[in-house]
Amino acid sequence: MITYIIRRLLASVGLLFVVSVITFSIFFVVPRIAGGTPETLATRYVGRAATAETVHLTAQRLGFYDPMTVQYANWAKGIVLGAEYDYGAGVERCPAPCLGYSFITRQPVWPDLLDRAPVTASLAVGASILWLLAGVSTGVLSALRRGTIFDRAAMGVALAGVSLPIFFTGLVSLAFFSYTLGWTAPGGQFVPFTQNPAEWAYSMILPWITLSFLFSAQYARLTRAGMLETMHEDYIRTARAKGLRERNVVVQHGLRAALTPILTIFGLDVGLLLGGAVLTEKTFSLNGLGKYAVDGIVSQDMPKIMGVTLLAAFFIVMANLVVDLLYAVVDPRVRTQ
Amino acid sequence: MTAHASQPAGDPAARPGVSGFLQVKDLRVHFPTDDGVVKSVDGLSFNLERGETLGIVGESGSGKSVTSLSIMGLHPPGTAKISGRVVLQGDNLIDASREHIRRLRGKNMAMIFQDPLSAMHPFYTVGHQIIEAYRVHNKVSRQVARKHAIDMLGRVGIPQPGSRVDEYPHQFSGGMRQRAMIAMALSCDPELLIADEPTTALDVTVQAQILDLIRDLQKEFNSAVIIITHDLGVVAELADDILVMYAGRGVEYATAHEIFTAPQHPYTWGLLGSMPRLDRERTERLKPIQGTPPSLINVPSGCPFHPRCIYAELNGGACETERPEFVEISPRHFLACHLPAQDRQRVWENDIKPTL
Repeated sequence: MITYIIRRLLASVGLLFVVSVITFSIFFVVPRIAGGTPETLATRYVGRAATAETVHLTAQRLGFYDPMTVQYANWAKGIVLGAEYDYGAGVERCPAPCLGYSFITRQPVWPDLLDRAPVTASLAVGASILWLLAGVSTGVLSALRRGTIFDRAAMGVALAGVSLPIFFTGLVSLAFFSYTLGWTAPGGQFVPFTQNPAEWAYSMILPWITLSFLFSAQYARLTRAGMLETMHEDYIRTARAKGLRERNVVVQHGLRAALTPILTIFGLDVGLLLGGAVLTEKTFSLNGLGKYAVDGIVSQDMPKIMGVTLLAAFFIVMANLVVDLLYAVVDPRVRTQ
Repeated sequence: MTAHASQPAGDPAARPGVSGFLQVKDLRVHFPTDDGVVKSVDGLSFNLERGETLGIVGESGSGKSVTSLSIMGLHPPGTAKISGRVVLQGDNLIDASREHIRRLRGKNMAMIFQDPLSAMHPFYTVGHQIIEAYRVHNKVSRQVARKHAIDMLGRVGIPQPGSRVDEYPHQFSGGMRQRAMIAMALSCDPELLIADEPTTALDVTVQAQILDLIRDLQKEFNSAVIIITHDLGVVAELADDILVMYAGRGVEYATAHEIFTAPQHPYTWGLLGSMPRLDRERTERLKPIQGTPPSLINVPSGCPFHPRCIYAELNGGACETERPEFVEISPRHFLACHLPAQDRQRVWENDIKPTL
């Protein structure tokens, strides 16, 4: 078990390294392969009317003439130890972890990310709890009542749920629940949990429901399929043969086994969402990581995009690690291998 | 006991002079499907006393397992149409409520399944699963149930039961798993134990141990045992009576001794002929029964075995058109075959017996 944990930890560290290499390549190597020169890269970091010499100087200061390995080393060093950018008029500091420094806003990206992360985390955590409860219970009931009206209706709604885009369901629910009925807060308001938990929930309830609708649908279908399969397993028949109550057979024996693969997907989904729920954040005007990335793309602010990319990748790697470790808790067969 | 005159059809479920611990009478289990009605069990009767062992033998798809699942009430509601009578200690299980049957399951009747790896839950320890079985029917604390589980594991011959109780099924070997399964089935001291192919998934070396274990425990608990198998070797070891099934019906039902020394049905002959024997010349080949088991949707007319029976022509048409009745041809020997007694006797003595 200990070796299993250590192995998974080491694998995660290796994965993070690979992720950093790939991210670096996307932002610095690929443009060069595609025909860019150090100067064309540097034009992104200077004003529009810069002379060729300024561009050349900038490229030199940012180290774009160095070999790629040196550039990667400096970049990675910045993440771990922080970096300094000397652009002639002065030195800008980007303390560790320097995931990027925006030359447009003259700000390191990291504090911005810290600022936005709670919004995205609130969205992801609230929505994931909702969809896990709604999706799994619907899936179980559907499987147990296979072929009945309930099953058909639930699966019909689920099909709609996976098919309808979030900007549609989001806008419709905003128009109806917020603007017509006035039950929920309009978009764009976020109250931190630490400030007022009740208002936090009130401000997030509609995004939660909208986002979880999409995921519940997927989880209901997954759970239904998983339950239909496990309820035909031999050990379910054994549980019944022991004289267990049907409720215990379903929950303790059936659901217990069917939930294991769902747990994997759940961990990865939450990890993915923590890196930013672009459409949901945009629809509900929430200033989360997803919206930050979109803003970065719109203003062509490379370091912002890179910062979100790195953070999102980190969350996914961590989610993977947590899932792997949880798997060992849930499935004893993993522990002894 | 000349049942011919008064009971022309015979009634294997009503043997005179016995109390009838378990009586199965005219059991029918039909599954409606899109292709037609699957008649998995179609008029089956037998009788079992405490302390006795009945072996139910037949090919795959002959209805053996379906029979045992109907006795246990384990067919999911709405899937099977079950009729007839299954009377356990005077209690007709076919009409009983699901809740009533649930209370009997595990406590009064228990079951051992074929593949102990898939029959045990992979995520729970062996001990947990035995404790669970015990605590459904006994209001005791976890500690008491755990002691009982360890005790049961010890009784079925698992070494160091005190530590192995906390292991998972995948940490047990195949034979140990089946022992644990038996410990689980016997944890509430059931009067009826059904073993569905209990040794099929096991190594040959382990099979005999498991059969010995079942026999020893049966003596100890004085339970009634039904062994379901396709392997006559297994029932030869254990059974007092043997019921041979074909296409959802009983075709021959007699004491084990009678089935092995004076079988009367061509299908039983076929089963005996296809059983490997150590005491025969190795050069002699096994004689498999020709053809394949029939479809249970379109069961052949007349005797369902007639398309595969090499003696069907001896009988001038009855085999193809008329379903043979299950009659008592001699005390405690029931048979469903159109062949005249002399012919059967002659074929058995001259053609079959010498080749076995």
